[in-house]
Amino acid sequence: MAYRAQQINPLINPWVGLGAAAMVAALILGTLGVVAIYAPEAGRLGASDWAAVRFTVSQALLSAALSVLFAIPVAKALSRRRFFGRSLLITLLGAPFLLPVIVAVMGLLAVFGRSGWVSQLLDLFGFPAIPIYGFHGVVIAHVFFNLPLATRIILQGWSSIPAERFRLSAQLVFSARDVAKHLEFPMLKRAVPGAFAIIFAICLSSFAVALTLGGGPRATTVELAIYQAFRFDFDLGKAAMLASVQLVMAGAAALFALWASKGQAGFGKGLDRAAQRWDGQSRAARIGDFAAILCASLFLLVPLSAVATRGIAALPDLPSSVWISGWLSLKVAMMSAVLAFVLSVSIALTAVRFAWVESVGLLAIAASPLVIGTGLFIVIFPFASPQDWAMVVTACVNAVMALPFALRILIPAVQDVFESYGKLAQSLGFSRLVMLGLVVLPRVRAPLGFAVGLAAALSMGDLGVVALFAGTQEATLPLQIYRLMGAYRMDDAAGAALLLALLSFGVFWICDMWGRRNA
Amino acid sequence: MKYLGCIAGVFAASMAAAETPELVVYTYDSFVSDWGPGPAVETAFEAECACDLKFVGAGDGAALLARIKLEGARTDADVVLGLDTNLTAAAMETELFAPHSVSAEYSLPIAWDDANFVPYDWGYFAFVHRTGVEAPTSLKALGESDLKIVIQDPRSSTPGLGLLMWVKAAYGDEAPMVWESLSDNIVTVTKGWSEAYGLFLEGEADMALSYTTSPAYHLIAEEDAGFAAAAFDEGHYLQVEVAGKLASSDQPELADQFLAFMVGEAFQTIIPTTNWMYPAVTPEAGLPTGFETLVTPIKSLLVPAADAPAIRDAALAEWLTALSK
Repeated sequence: MAYRAQQINPLINPWVGLGAAAMVAALILGTLGVVAIYAPEAGRLGASDWAAVRFTVSQALLSAALSVLFAIPVAKALSRRRFFGRSLLITLLGAPFLLPVIVAVMGLLAVFGRSGWVSQLLDLFGFPAIPIYGFHGVVIAHVFFNLPLATRIILQGWSSIPAERFRLSAQLVFSARDVAKHLEFPMLKRAVPGAFAIIFAICLSSFAVALTLGGGPRATTVELAIYQAFRFDFDLGKAAMLASVQLVMAGAAALFALWASKGQAGFGKGLDRAAQRWDGQSRAARIGDFAAILCASLFLLVPLSAVATRGIAALPDLPSSVWISGWLSLKVAMMSAVLAFVLSVSIALTAVRFAWVESVGLLAIAASPLVIGTGLFIVIFPFASPQDWAMVVTACVNAVMALPFALRILIPAVQDVFESYGKLAQSLGFSRLVMLGLVVLPRVRAPLGFAVGLAAALSMGDLGVVALFAGTQEATLPLQIYRLMGAYRMDDAAGAALLLALLSFGVFWICDMWGRRNA
Repeated sequence: MKYLGCIAGVFAASMAAAETPELVVYTYDSFVSDWGPGPAVETAFEAECACDLKFVGAGDGAALLARIKLEGARTDADVVLGLDTNLTAAAMETELFAPHSVSAEYSLPIAWDDANFVPYDWGYFAFVHRTGVEAPTSLKALGESDLKIVIQDPRSSTPGLGLLMWVKAAYGDEAPMVWESLSDNIVTVTKGWSEAYGLFLEGEADMALSYTTSPAYHLIAEEDAGFAAAAFDEGHYLQVEVAGKLASSDQPELADQFLAFMVGEAFQTIIPTTNWMYPAVTPEAGLPTGFETLVTPIKSLLVPAADAPAIRDAALAEWLTALSK
């Protein structure tokens, strides 16, 4: 590895990426430090805080494990089946992840809740309803949110195997088991730890989902404990302490992922032919794949259609302020997308040399929005009015929050490009910019489109960081939804939620399609 | 370009400020929303003050106090509107608030003599249900019933904290037992009022913790008489929402003028059908039609503001223990 790294050096200026990573680290650790310093005394953690830590870790571990486990057959099926609407389905499956939490939870409950469709169906046949509230409810919700993400990351892994490898395996009359051993297992070993670590980190900072579906204070997560420390006790020291615990847990997951996926080289270059697959032609394999795709689609799309049916009636008559908020949210999303593009590309290039920079991204996802928001507030307040900065802060923080996904999916792709074309580019005397413009960007367009779309969509739905900054009448769409709900206007809120879902999904779709065009 | 625009905006704003004084009022988010009292109050006050009234929304009552604590004496705020009696003691500890000079004929169920905070509306916490549900008549009866309820977490929500104080004020040392009997009725605990009320309306629970005035919204705004609040024998816990003037204000006279305006006819007429609470001073025309249908508790419960922080901490510990079993 070392000699190869030496050879590709001239094509990458690592300082740009290291600078970007340092800025991200400063945003996460710096704000945490500011809150800790601002606090009159250091925080102490009590027994209930450690109980929160235990609950948080156990639900996050199980949620991440199940998400990845279910994602493997779904991604496998999607990678080797071609059917009408496949492309749309892949994009649609990303939707739960993009929805604001409150909307997605309402959708889930419309299906699995006490008076949801499943309960009504069971009631029809005389069975008792299955309660969703409890530890399992939290896990179901987290799998609902994260299964699509895991599927996308693993699917990306499958498509990173060049078509020629599948052709070769067919010529060698590989059995399904041989394909798994020589192609799929090494690929999974590279893709799965990263997917697991990301989902683990996401579930760490969960709060409203865990509380609502957990059924009560048994489901207290670290993020809720931070919330309590901040607003109930105004104990900033404790809030900073808890936020550090959360970061350490995410950091451990990042290290684990780096270690577990170490030493897995890519599959080398291919000729970019569309992969033709000869494996999985047996009847059992076909039925299995069909079942995997069907189950995942039902699980993910039925609650989404509940959101749509609930909101559609109110959509045409929404108050004009909701549309204005939608436009405001779109602007924030676009800002966030541009930032995410710059940050993720520069860090991904640097990661070819320094693999560890990826872990900076993972910290971002486990960072407490409340602590980042408070830290930024403390920093900005002496110089400017925080509400004037609300939109910029939202865009920046969400670009950073989207980094881990962007990096997880970009870095392997960029690595492959350098492994496959680095030497050739060097022998042709390519400059860094030519290499980036002509070789790297075109070849990583698919993961890049996905990553940028994700950043845009995530910032559409964000509410966490800006809560403290939110100022006068100007409100982003998620805040407007809360305002509508707070004013008893649940129907309008459902309509606005559908609008938000459509807009988030729309920006994601545009970016994703740009990336996957001709791919 | 954007920044140039920002700078130009700041200059324009400060030039405008030189002509008309600006009064900055920090409040909770739902107050400033298009559907809250904010817009109408702004128009009404600006018509008589020759000033610019600027509302800044920040989360809810507790987030509002946290923001004031973060900003300290450098805050731009002249008035903070939206704390309740559970928070006033903590607010006084900051030493940021100044005494007021407002006096009014309050229509509160209790006597009001706080030197620093002026009440602007009030309400009773209550469990709201659809008519047709056989509502229990006490907290204890609710605990013994099979009815499913959804409540808010006291650590993240004002009504959630209200229920905590309600049970504690009604039952004192027996509160843990009451919570244990309620635990099998609680479907789930949500982050805030909106989620809980939303779940209730979607049919996830028979009752939701809200206010006795909630049915008035459905009756007046939606013309739906299908909701009611259950009257409980123990009495209902009171929430009194207040505003206070900051000692650091650069517009102290204007702030006083606003607080006086706040208990006046114009402001108080706006409150019932925008904030869906009882006005602190009943307007001359009385309450809006529909409010007479609401239940009136036989007894008002309220922990004195000074004792609230200590009782709150003890009650939270009991709540966590009882519901974590």
